[in-house]
Amino acid sequence: MDSVSRRKFLKIGGASVVLSAATQSALGRVEELAKTKSSKGLEKIPTFCDICFWKCGAIAYVEDGKLWKVEGNPLDPLSRGRLCPRGTGGIGAHYDPDRLKYPLMRKSVRGEERWNQVTWDEALTFIADKMKKIKNDYGPEAMALFSHGIGGNFIKHLFKAYGSANIGAPSFAQCRGPRDVGFNLTFGEDVASPERTDIKNAQCLVLIGSHLGENMHNTQVQEFSDALANGVSLIVVDPRVSVAAGKAKYYLPIKPGADMALLLAWMQVLVTERLYNKPYVEKYGFGFDNFAAEILPYSPEWAYPETGIEPEVIRATAREMARYQPATLIHPGRHVTWYGDDAQRSRAIALLNALMGNWGVKGGFYYPVSMDVPSYPYPEYPHSDKPKVDNPDNKFPFAHEVNTNGIRKATISGEPYPVKGWFVYATNLIHALPDEQETIRAIQNLDLLVVIDVIPAEIAGWADVVLPEAVYLERHDDLNVEWFREPFISLRQPVVEAPHDQKPNWWIAKKLADKLDLGHYFPWKDIEEYLEHRLNAAGLSYGQLKKEGIIRGEKQPIYFAEGVPDVFPTPSGKIEFYSLQLAEAGFDPVPKYTQPAPPPAGFFRLLYGRAPVHSFSRTQSNRVLMDMIGENEVWINQDIANRYGLKSGDFIRLKNQDGVISNRIKVKATERIRTDCVYMIHGFGHNSRMLKFAYQKGASDAQLITRYKTDPLMGGTAMNVNFVTFELEA
Amino acid sequence: MNELTTTRHNELIDPIVHVWGWEIPVYLFLGGLVAGMMIIAGYFFIKGRDEGHECVCYQVPLIGLFLLSLGMLALFLDLEHKAYVWRVYTTFKIKSPMSWGSWILLLVYPALLVNFLLNVPAWIGDRLAFLKIWSQKILAIKNIKRHVGKVNLVLGIMLGIYTGILLSSLGARPLWNSAILGVLFLVSGLSTASALVHMIARDRAESEMLARADNLFLTIELFVFALFFIALLSSTEVQIQSAMLLLTGPFAAVFWVFVILMGILIPLFIQNLSVSHRIKHTPVAPIMVIVGGFVLRLVLVQAGQYSHYLNAHFLK
Amino acid sequence: MARFAMVIDTKKCVGCMDCVVACKAENKVPEGFNRDWITTEARGKFPTVQMEIRTERCNHCGNPPCVHCCPTGASHVHDLGGVVLVYHDLCIGCKACLASCPYDARFIHPEGYADKCTFCIHRVEKGQDPACVSVCPTHCMYFGDLEDVHSMVSRLLAERKWYAIAPEAGTDPQLFYLV
Ligand SMILES: Nc1nc2c(c(=O)[nH]1)N[C@H]1C(S)=C(S)[C@@H](COP(=O)(O)OP(=O)(O)OC[C@H]3O[C@@H](n4cnc5c(=O)[nH]c(N)nc54)[C@H](O)[C@@H]3O)O[C@H]1N2
Ligand SMILES: Nc1nc2c(c(=O)[nH]1)N[C@H]1C(S)=C(S)[C@@H](COP(=O)(O)OP(=O)(O)OC[C@H]3O[C@@H](n4cnc5c(=O)[nH]c(N)nc54)[C@H](O)[C@@H]3O)O[C@H]1N2
Ligand code: SF4
Ligand code: SF4
Ligand code: SF4
Ligand code: SF4
Ligand code: SF4
Ligand SMILES: [Mo]
Repeated sequence: MDSVSRRKFLKIGGASVVLSAATQSALGRVEELAKTKSSKGLEKIPTFCDICFWKCGAIAYVEDGKLWKVEGNPLDPLSRGRLCPRGTGGIGAHYDPDRLKYPLMRKSVRGEERWNQVTWDEALTFIADKMKKIKNDYGPEAMALFSHGIGGNFIKHLFKAYGSANIGAPSFAQCRGPRDVGFNLTFGEDVASPERTDIKNAQCLVLIGSHLGENMHNTQVQEFSDALANGVSLIVVDPRVSVAAGKAKYYLPIKPGADMALLLAWMQVLVTERLYNKPYVEKYGFGFDNFAAEILPYSPEWAYPETGIEPEVIRATAREMARYQPATLIHPGRHVTWYGDDAQRSRAIALLNALMGNWGVKGGFYYPVSMDVPSYPYPEYPHSDKPKVDNPDNKFPFAHEVNTNGIRKATISGEPYPVKGWFVYATNLIHALPDEQETIRAIQNLDLLVVIDVIPAEIAGWADVVLPEAVYLERHDDLNVEWFREPFISLRQPVVEAPHDQKPNWWIAKKLADKLDLGHYFPWKDIEEYLEHRLNAAGLSYGQLKKEGIIRGEKQPIYFAEGVPDVFPTPSGKIEFYSLQLAEAGFDPVPKYTQPAPPPAGFFRLLYGRAPVHSFSRTQSNRVLMDMIGENEVWINQDIANRYGLKSGDFIRLKNQDGVISNRIKVKATERIRTDCVYMIHGFGHNSRMLKFAYQKGASDAQLITRYKTDPLMGGTAMNVNFVTFELEA
Repeated sequence: MNELTTTRHNELIDPIVHVWGWEIPVYLFLGGLVAGMMIIAGYFFIKGRDEGHECVCYQVPLIGLFLLSLGMLALFLDLEHKAYVWRVYTTFKIKSPMSWGSWILLLVYPALLVNFLLNVPAWIGDRLAFLKIWSQKILAIKNIKRHVGKVNLVLGIMLGIYTGILLSSLGARPLWNSAILGVLFLVSGLSTASALVHMIARDRAESEMLARADNLFLTIELFVFALFFIALLSSTEVQIQSAMLLLTGPFAAVFWVFVILMGILIPLFIQNLSVSHRIKHTPVAPIMVIVGGFVLRLVLVQAGQYSHYLNAHFLK
Repeated sequence: MARFAMVIDTKKCVGCMDCVVACKAENKVPEGFNRDWITTEARGKFPTVQMEIRTERCNHCGNPPCVHCCPTGASHVHDLGGVVLVYHDLCIGCKACLASCPYDARFIHPEGYADKCTFCIHRVEKGQDPACVSVCPTHCMYFGDLEDVHSMVSRLLAERKWYAIAPEAGTDPQLFYLV
């Protein structure tokens, strides 16, 4: 953080505290101010991070009332006292000069980003009136909520109290949904988040696209490093020499989209060479013989032209996996919405793991545990007769969470029933959902769009009302009761004041509930009363939690060998190598391979991923993190770059198959990627003019993802199906 | 193929060092010029050629004081922490050429002043009478001119070499990492000084002599250059790379045209003709020498910053 | 006496830059400047590419040219551990030390003085690890005393293969990279 902007910030901050104290007492700012920290000396206040959803325990250092730094909380089993770079740079979220400061209401047409600054009371009254009208005219289900992360809990509660269960997050249909469906179909359980992968104990680790080290989900990266230190045999499958690939014993430069072929061939080798974990499969497997028969044709020789991986390499890696079983972990990935066969591909990964016999076993998948903390005793929610709007006629029979894109579709079509209002909490739908024009079309059908955000993200630009939230360092949130290797709970609490008129989500939810005549759903005075109530009910001390940030429970068994009951909540009660439920629903009971459409001549497949110092589209106005990576680059294979006369540092634009042209983006000519694809970091290329600093830095992958394929099992949106070419005059 | 990427982007450092712009070259050039002038003046004094108030050795101090102050000003402008500049004189760091330089300069000023007092021009003396009084006191000292001459000579050599050592002590830049640089700067200082003094000398014989001296210095300079490059080229890869910066690389054009051709060869040719009285003396050759001397500093400072131990492979 | 050094395990480093962010926060390094940084080397032709990622900073050289060339004594070797430091109020900002450092480890702080990695001596003197070391999620950095043969850094250097960067510059660097 620049010392100059620190100083500047302080001036603004100081002035606004005075200003808002005068105007806000009526709205309950007083309780907040009453907690004002003493402002001398060094304070260390525990909380947990929110730059992504991993929720690492953190300790904020506040020097004379000013935020200095955030470190990991050593008590925290997730972070083990070390944050990832985004968490360390989280201070930049508090100091970000481009933050939303006051409630805003749209002045002109949607998307023009012309605003009136209003009071909270005006904004919330406006929203409540609209919501009442929508409920009257169409029923409460006509309001949908998009909410990502733990901060949304109170808004979700408000929505359920209001009567709508149309609550979706991009973490399902745009992220881990297919994986959890694929694993559910096989083992009867999700992989969940944090992933139940026992990376640190794995002796052979297979990463299929999971680019750990760039993907900075903290515990996984730490365990990845532990595994490397233990000499894990690492196999990485990626069209790009990722950071992880650079450390691999075997790097398999797969043709994008051909992973299913590789997985089938691997399983074929393991089965035909009888290398799989026979006792485990015999004990727990269902339909193995049918499965074995189905995969027989998929030899490494068959897979070679599909994947570009030599048969010997496929065999050698299959044998390598077999050598270390059951401590061989084929990582299920997380963002797996790639090609449209994603749930089935994830199921193939699940099956490969099953062949290793690693579910419930050290070095494979453990059984996460948690503390027993009762939820708050709220009145019962109103009942709705209408099914959720996103999945009419159960078209996607295996979707077990709401599809954001399903809500979007219903909003456009009015089927199965109209959706007239969107509430968007902490998700930048313009960058998170594929085909931004479709999102905008849906928005144009709405009577109300409310966005709660901390910065003026693109989605805020389309809103009728924008509500500025206090960032995670300035607020309480719901209790985190984590499911992990060992049970623990953690607390998010304010470490500094919000600098302007930003409010925490619980406050917004409670105030809005009052205006919607739903105040009885928020019986607590403030969130501390709520938290204290829950902790008391669990026999835990709120005082201790405030002081230490984390309360850990007794260790519990997490492997079968430690006493976890070995039951699989599938229809057969076993690991389903052959899935009758899939067969019944008209899908392949054993995964099959479909070839992805190749790039048209002169085009390259557009791939994207994570940079260690950024989270999606939310960190590009964080000055600390932008100082690390200030724009994204497009990775182009060196030979291709030579052919186009491009060198690293040149600016180009990317044009996709539908003629959409990106912002200027820098070329990275590199040997680290195949010749048939290009790669960029997701989240850059902001077009919201209010994001002054981030505006048009780098290019947006989301903008170029105008096409997507829908997963037939669960409705996820596959996004690796777009192609780009180069526009040289940038 | 070796892709090397770094996340660093420090000002003045990345992608290549460019901590010094025009100021340090100006300072080095003027320092060298004054050094050369002092050596010449010293030589005249020691040789007793100062009889008659026409001798250039009486013009050197005033011009020298002026040019040196300009150089110091340039140096000062380059400092990033100007308010602390006095810290240089609270210590003496034996390993630091900068420290040496600061103290040498501190000696050069009084030397030039004394030198000046030996012959206060009337237009100043008439206004500042006390200078005349001091002047008389000093002139009363026995053999004073010879002493001043010796001091001039010694300090001039120190100053001249210092301007080269300053760079060559910065071992991190392969191009500068050569003891020959000190000699090169000294010789170049002498040639530019000869050129300047040649231009301002009122005495024909003196002027003629300086032109001949200049030719000698320019010739020596050519040899020193050759030595400089031979030493670099027979060293490690990074040193060869750094030499190539001047010989064939991004600085080659400026180097060959302004330093070698226009700064040495052409003036050498012209002056050879004029000292053998085939053409008249004009300021053209000396001006070319002076400009060449400055560009030499400029190009060496810039190319030196470009040369590097670590990112030498970028330059391939 | 102590001789502080850092040992960095390039097998584990993922180039996440947490060390850089942590340094910036801990030491209030201004926007646009870095005391440490990440270097990635990729050699070869796709798909057989050799990669190495490492974190770099001032080498706290045993023979520090930046100290030798400093005219004011602002650049100096600290009494403890051979750490090379700068007294801000002695520094005139002449930049000789910047030019003298083969690693380009120094920069001019916007306030005018030469700045660089301090090995977080303010933390080390309190018995803590430097900020970058303490935050590294892969635990790939080790800080310690080479004079102590039992220290982790000494043991690692005895047990593993390592190299230092550009030793031919003659500065006796004290950052060691495990390979
Ligand atoms: N093209 C493309 N699309 C993708 C992905 C991709 O890689 N490429 N990745 C997919 C994946 S895996 C996921 S999980 C999703 C992620 O999708 P999102 O969760 O929507 O991620 P972001 O784009 O970061 O948008 C988060 C929004 O929340 C805001 N925000 C941050 N902190 C707070 C807070 O404390 N309070 C409030 N109210 N708002 C806050 C941010 O400013 C930002 O506008 O995107 C998916 N979509
Ligand atoms: N720093 C940081 N870390 C994060 C996040 C963040 O925003 N920032 N977000 C978190 C979240 S919510 C998620 S979901 C995860 C996502 O992270 P992951 O699940 O690890 O990775 P993906 O985004 O799915 O995939 C990106 C990688 O897949 C490769 N890839 C692309 N196409 C193919 C293919 O066809 N086959 C194979 N085998 N590989 C392919 C790309 O080259 C790239 O290396 O990251 C998490 N961690
Ligand atoms: S992984 Fe990083 S960004 Fe995510 S919660 Fe943990 S420290 Fe924060
Ligand atoms: S924090 Fe550790 S893993 Fe990350 S770049 Fe720095 S040294 Fe490497
Ligand atoms: S790395 Fe550079 S700044 Fe650090 S001690 Fe060595 S020469 Fe000095
Ligand atoms: S910039 Fe400062 S520390 Fe560096 S050499 Fe000059 S005075 Fe010394
Ligand atoms: S030791 Fe301290 S000053 Fe040096 S790079 Fe690490 S954090 Fe920065
Ligand atoms: Mo995700």
